[in-house]
Amino acid sequence: MTAPALELRDVDKRFGAVHANRAIRFAVTAGSVHGLIGENGAGKSTLMNIVYGFHRADRGEIRVHGRPVEIHRPHDAIAAGIGMVHQHFMLVENFTVLENVVLGVEGGPILAGRLAHARAELEKLARDYGLEVPLDTAVGTLPVGLQQRVEILKALYRGAEILILDEPTAVLTPQEADQLFKMLGRLRAQGKTVILVTHKLREIMAITDRVTVMRQGAVVAEIETKATSPRELAEKMVGRSVLLQVEKGAACPGAPLLVARDLEVPDDQGVPRVKGVSFELRAGEIVGLAGVSGNGQSELLEALAGTRAPSRGEILFQGRNLVADALGPRERRHLGLAHVPEDRLRFGVVAAFAAQYNAILGYQDRPEYNRGLLTNEAAILAGCERKMAKFDVRPPNPRQRFSSFSGGNQQKLVIARELDGDPAVLLVGQPTRGVDIGAIEFIHQRLVALRDAGKALFLVSVELDEILALADRILVINNGEIVGELARAEATEEKLGLLMAGVREGRG
Amino acid sequence: MSAAKQLPRWADLTLLPVIGLVAALLVSGGVIALLGESPAQALKLMVSGAFGTQDAIGYSLYYATNFIFTGLAVAVAFHAGLFNIGGEGQAYIGGLMSGLVCLALGHWPFWAVLPAAVVAGAAGGAAWAFIPAWLQAKRGSHIVITTIMFNFIASSLMTYLLVNVLIKPGQQSPETREFSGSTVMPAAHELLARIGITFTPSPLNLAFGLALAASVLVWIFLWRTRWGYELRVTGQNPAAAVYAGISPPRVIVAAMLLSGALAGCLGLNELMGSQHRIVIDFPAGAGFVGIAVALMGRNHPVGIFFAAVLFGALYQGGSQLSFDMPKINRDMVVVIQGLVILACGAMENLFRVPLAALFGAFGGAVPPPRDRAGEGTRPPAGKQS
Repeated sequence: MTAPALELRDVDKRFGAVHANRAIRFAVTAGSVHGLIGENGAGKSTLMNIVYGFHRADRGEIRVHGRPVEIHRPHDAIAAGIGMVHQHFMLVENFTVLENVVLGVEGGPILAGRLAHARAELEKLARDYGLEVPLDTAVGTLPVGLQQRVEILKALYRGAEILILDEPTAVLTPQEADQLFKMLGRLRAQGKTVILVTHKLREIMAITDRVTVMRQGAVVAEIETKATSPRELAEKMVGRSVLLQVEKGAACPGAPLLVARDLEVPDDQGVPRVKGVSFELRAGEIVGLAGVSGNGQSELLEALAGTRAPSRGEILFQGRNLVADALGPRERRHLGLAHVPEDRLRFGVVAAFAAQYNAILGYQDRPEYNRGLLTNEAAILAGCERKMAKFDVRPPNPRQRFSSFSGGNQQKLVIARELDGDPAVLLVGQPTRGVDIGAIEFIHQRLVALRDAGKALFLVSVELDEILALADRILVINNGEIVGELARAEATEEKLGLLMAGVREGRG
Repeated sequence: MSAAKQLPRWADLTLLPVIGLVAALLVSGGVIALLGESPAQALKLMVSGAFGTQDAIGYSLYYATNFIFTGLAVAVAFHAGLFNIGGEGQAYIGGLMSGLVCLALGHWPFWAVLPAAVVAGAAGGAAWAFIPAWLQAKRGSHIVITTIMFNFIASSLMTYLLVNVLIKPGQQSPETREFSGSTVMPAAHELLARIGITFTPSPLNLAFGLALAASVLVWIFLWRTRWGYELRVTGQNPAAAVYAGISPPRVIVAAMLLSGALAGCLGLNELMGSQHRIVIDFPAGAGFVGIAVALMGRNHPVGIFFAAVLFGALYQGGSQLSFDMPKINRDMVVVIQGLVILACGAMENLFRVPLAALFGAFGGAVPPPRDRAGEGTRPPAGKQS
């Protein structure tokens, strides 16, 4: 039997009081795709950072193809044939693809020769693995999927035999993710070894040969993918049984609470991204907006929330026309329109502030948080404690920096904040992006409970599973237009997929 | 991916500036030794020159007063995400306004002149900050560039005014006539004498108290009012500010007005407290030292106070040093100040990284880096460049 491509023996790592990796034993067969799955904080990133030389293990041994190696810094890892594609790309946006690939391995002051050599090499790699990228285009102008391809090319160009991908699909559309998986399949066929770090069960089931599950710093299982199921993996990750499907009764929609008519919304460049969209949200229903990322969902959500001005149309809510009256996010919140943004770290919070100050963001002018000219610190603190208790945010410490909460707890706090004012309508974008399974279950249950309490919810998600699990009525958006509306009962993944691709019923 | 370890907060706030200071003094000592003087003797002279006598302390705190105002000005703008380099010009114009009030209201009693001079100084500084602020908010013109330009404009304008308009008739030096006695800031030794404490005369004056009051007010504003909260949100994350219904252009203008107003108060100390007339180039670089003071003081009023006192002491002790050690001239003192700025500001990470590693090695208070897997919420890096 040949030696594993990568083997970790009793790797142990502590950060102060936290035991991040406990005597990890981990082996990856050469020429396979190996999944590494676990919740946020399970220690999988720490482990991969040890392999790639960002951290040093306190104890333990790393072997590559049976040979023990010392990895002190990324340079050593690259020399050992290990490449890593980070979740957040490490590319120079103004440089061309070619320049980015060569960056760091120029091999001398004269670039021309190296560039010519790299060009030939990359064209060969592109042919072998189906990794076509326009070599002379500035990286910043490429779509995210192609930028990721550049990262993979960088690793391969440096001679990587073992490729680690950290949450590669977090920034991709489903279609881009499928392309990525095809690519990984080709890499495997050519004998490369791939380690896929993720928390998404579907990806593990779709592409991996074996999977290692981590929980609380330890390996809890290593299984043949064929021999397991998403339910079993989820249970091993969380340590208890998990409902993958939300339990919910039938919706009983009431009166329309929010009506959008003929909305046209431009992006920052003035190009219309939403083109004449009309719909209504009724009390007691969840309306899902399905679509491939980048088809106008974000702009529509922002226009409804008041952070982006529509160029045409009206939004009727609480007897007012929000567009004609030019009501901003602040006034809309006062009217009872709450908004959980798609990208919480970018739009919804100040990561460097303590949790308690994030728990009032957007509500800082409410009388309950102020006393005359000054803020009411006691009320802010107590309010945060209340929100944390309601949504089981852990640790329940209002003074802790927001960025040091896990993704799931961050999102729970944001949702708790938006629901605290008892809004009539909740706009919610990607409610479970970057959220672990245990928290997904909790958040889904809360959203359904909100519907049952007679609120209207508008759900934007690129996870089709999530739309299907939660929505009572599904709108499909393609290229800025609503191309279909389906009741949940008649919606299937295939039907939605066709609509999302822009194939209209009766025409396609 | 930087696996940067974090320092405990207290070490970041106290240990790091102290280490930077010590490093700067060591390098300065080396330079002094090269000049053939004894570094230990120089340090002794400098410390005694800054704190050795009552009037030395008075001088140090008098300089510190200027730096508190300009340091606060930089800090307020910084919390809104703005780098206000224009403290010098704002102080210049603010001082002009305070000075004009003193010249015009010479017959008023002091208690009436004081609020008028404060308002005039603050309004002058704020007005000088307004145009760069407005250009930044509405047109996106970079505030660093425009405030630097406005320093030059202020300097030219003041030279013109002092040489051609405000100059006291019949004299050569470009300065105005002296303020009347009722518009002069009471000196510290006079105030202390009233409560029975004898203090050697020095330029230290009531403006020091105003600077301390301004520090408290800035702290309350930034951390205990919703406007300060909105200002800090905008500085940290403008997109989140928009989401929260805050208008970043309005915050930018408001923060710069406040910043300019603080810098504009410098004339209260320099002109009303010490020169008793409007003289040419009275800010004398205090606007720029304010940047270093804010940087070293971590943009917090308490830190700014200590940093301002340090720089005040360097000014006072340094001039004493150049007086006592002929080989060390004024320029050498500027070199020492520059080294302090370099060590505490620009090269801070030189000390931060090993210090953090040291703390890490001894376990304890270092929070572990979080497992960032699964946090798919960030866009690919660098989109906002």
